[in-house]
Amino acid sequence: MSVWATLNRTVFKRTSTFALAVASGTFFFERTFEVASQSIFERINKGKLWNDIKHKYE
Amino acid sequence: MAAAVGRICGARLFRNTGIVGPQVCQLSTSSQGWTRNRKLLLSTLGVVGGGVGALLFALEQSVQASGSEAHPPHQPWSHDGWFQSLDHASVRRGYEVYKQVCRACHSLQYIAFRNLVNVTHTEAEAKAEAAEVMIKDGPDEEGNYFERPGKLSDYFPSPYPNENAARAANNGAYPPDLSLIVSGRKGGEDYIFSLLTGYMEAPAGIVLRDGQHYNPYFPGGAISMAQSLFDEAAEYSDGTPPTASQLAKDVATFLRWCSEPELDDRRLMTIKAIGMFSMLAAVAYYFKRHKWSTMKSRKLAYKPVSKK
Ligand code: HEC
Repeated sequence: MSVWATLNRTVFKRTSTFALAVASGTFFFERTFEVASQSIFERINKGKLWNDIKHKYE
Repeated sequence: MAAAVGRICGARLFRNTGIVGPQVCQLSTSSQGWTRNRKLLLSTLGVVGGGVGALLFALEQSVQASGSEAHPPHQPWSHDGWFQSLDHASVRRGYEVYKQVCRACHSLQYIAFRNLVNVTHTEAEAKAEAAEVMIKDGPDEEGNYFERPGKLSDYFPSPYPNENAARAANNGAYPPDLSLIVSGRKGGEDYIFSLLTGYMEAPAGIVLRDGQHYNPYFPGGAISMAQSLFDEAAEYSDGTPPTASQLAKDVATFLRWCSEPELDDRRLMTIKAIGMFSMLAAVAYYFKRHKWSTMKSRKLAYKPVSKK
């Protein structure tokens, strides 16, 4: 049986588990997306950000 | 408005053609041609809209060409570009230039010392910067105003008590507040840089009044601010050689941060928006293919009605 069908049967069919899946999915998606964007931003701007220079002043 | 929209495409918008009808007739525009009036209206709208746009553009360009001031050349700012953040080391040096040079005449009233924290200074450093200035506060219990050392929550104090005092000290010219100057001047930081480094001898025929100086980038050429940036006009704590152009570049970057403190956040937002919207675009593309698959793969058969 395919993964999709298993998922459908165990998670998406029942409202309670479905709602839980939505909530935790949102949480993990948001975290990964946020961390990924932030690290792209920091990689592009390496050396220019406050975090890169603050060690000189602490 | 609704009536006008109704007149343009009314009959077609509101006619109920059942479930399949609209899908079929939207696939082709040739089945029902536009009426003459509709064509006329739409082409008039198009011509008028395009004409007004072209006129505005031409007027704007001719105003630029007719001025006597020099146009600031574009400098390769390190925060230019979709994803490029401010160079915080440069912002910090720019703050030092503002503090040592510009602050004698210009206020910076929308920036507070707490804004420097984790942008250019650590919290302890920002507190020390604040403590160096005296802030007028009060009234105290006896109703008197008094001076006290600054705190993180204080805004930058103005060099003059009011505008009249500022004018009196500067030959009648008012040194504008610099908090929003980069957003407020055409050319932004390019203009600031050119203005600060662009002083020169007035060409023959230009008459300068007392206290005026010639600067080709200033509208009219005669500016009441003397050249303030020279090599070594300020000192940098990080050891960068303080040449005039370095000072101008750093103070312009600092003023850009003052005008747009959210610049870094916006660059980060651009990255996030591109990520988010490309995912949504993928979903929309899939959904479109999904919905159209029936439309594209079906066959329409017309069965002539037999007369019998
Ligand atoms: C001696 C006092 C003085 C100092 C120091 C000074 N300025 Fe000025 N500044 C003025 C005055 C006066 C004006 C108004 C000029 C006018 O309107 O003719 C002015 C105007 C300006 C303008 C506005 C020009 C415009 O387009 O209207 C900018 C930008 C500016 N100064 C930036 C700076 C910067 C940056 C520094 C520090 C490097 C600085 N100034 C230092 C007195 C000063």
